[in-house]
Amino acid sequence: MRSIHKAILAGVMLSVPLAASVQGAGHGDNPYAGHIAARQGLMQVQSFNIAILGGMARGNVDYDAAAAQTAADNLVAASGIDGRGFWPEGSDNAALGDATRALPAIWENMGGFGEAWMAYGAAVTGVADVAGDGLEALQGAIGPLGGACGSCHRNFRQSSE
Amino acid sequence: MRILRFLVLFAILGAAAGWYLTAPQPLAASDIPEREGDAEHGELIFWAAGCASCHAAEDAEGEDRLVLSGGRAFPSDFGTFYAPNISMDAGHGIGDWSEAEFLSAVMRGVSPEGQHYYPAFPYGTYARAGMADLQDLWTFMQTLPANATPSRDHDVGFPFSIRRALGGWKMLFTSDDWVMQGDDLSAEVMRGRYLVESLGHCGECHTPRNVLGGLDYANWLAGAPNPSGEGRIPNITPGALTWSASDIANYLRDGFTPEFDSAGGEMVEVIQNMAHLPDADRAAIAAYLRALPPLE
Repeated sequence: MRSIHKAILAGVMLSVPLAASVQGAGHGDNPYAGHIAARQGLMQVQSFNIAILGGMARGNVDYDAAAAQTAADNLVAASGIDGRGFWPEGSDNAALGDATRALPAIWENMGGFGEAWMAYGAAVTGVADVAGDGLEALQGAIGPLGGACGSCHRNFRQSSE
Repeated sequence: MRILRFLVLFAILGAAAGWYLTAPQPLAASDIPEREGDAEHGELIFWAAGCASCHAAEDAEGEDRLVLSGGRAFPSDFGTFYAPNISMDAGHGIGDWSEAEFLSAVMRGVSPEGQHYYPAFPYGTYARAGMADLQDLWTFMQTLPANATPSRDHDVGFPFSIRRALGGWKMLFTSDDWVMQGDDLSAEVMRGRYLVESLGHCGECHTPRNVLGGLDYANWLAGAPNPSGEGRIPNITPGALTWSASDIANYLRDGFTPEFDSAGGEMVEVIQNMAHLPDADRAAIAAYLRALPPLE
């Protein structure tokens, strides 16, 4: 299990500078393209693992305790990444338009943004505590997880349309 | 220029509809059956009707969403409306209201003082609700805490500040009829229709409005500009929302899209409300949305 953590963490860490350089090369007018690629990549890692858990919770795929635990542990690991450097001042959608959906509210309320991230950490820990304990336990933890994602996105991410 | 057009239309509207026709029409005592309300069922109505989404304080979470102290701002083309305190405080909330006053407010948009409410309060859709459900809601709301935050006056300029003219607005733009008509609707779709078209008041955001703020029923639930000015509220007819019924029902419970992105914007709070409903009700909402005519 631990080696998987390390692999995932290493993958995420490595992909950050890589993504930064790739994105940075083609977006001369957006100095934060790399930062944005990093945070979006981190979100995608989480979405991918939530999809494994959510697919089971919704009955779209059979429950598998080991796979559920792995996905939940990945979420905990990803939530532990220190991403403070991903959010430089000025990398919001008011400044950069379609390059990001990050609202200026993040920088107007960095304390609240940090609290929301901590609440997300608590929610994924809650999922990891029960993910291997059966389908019902997992289902009970998915709602609070969705709530944690939503309460941060509500305040800090532009709606998609 | 647009403002001028509003002014002219509004003046004509007011004159034509006349003083008599614009009179507020509260419910009569004889309209209201005498019955013992059921607070437990009233709580379900409370969540289905989304009361907390407007009347709880901004950023209230968990139990705080039951403190209906008001204060949230709702910007619109006509000015900014502030949700009033509807907690059980007798001075600043609605703690001293009678059941009849509550029902007249919710179903007719008329205050205990006999004034029209602005339709930022969706009484036009609550008018389609069952009276017994709203009596249960009132019974439940009386169990909620009092809060002494004073309500804030709406910031609405002339001529929209003439509340009497809202009588004309109500005549033109509110209707007790269901939007989805048909004799062969399944029981599930009819339940969904009730939740979407009445209590859930989904059309208030997801349906575009005309220049006077009346709902454009020809484009029912086909998406609309966001009144806050940023972006659009999505089209949720099958013309744009291609999710399966179970995808929709699950989204309304856990807040995840089929791709496991999360809900954002106002929908986050809507889902906090919908999560309190039984699975069958979320499935009914989904069945109704899938049964809508697909609009582009």
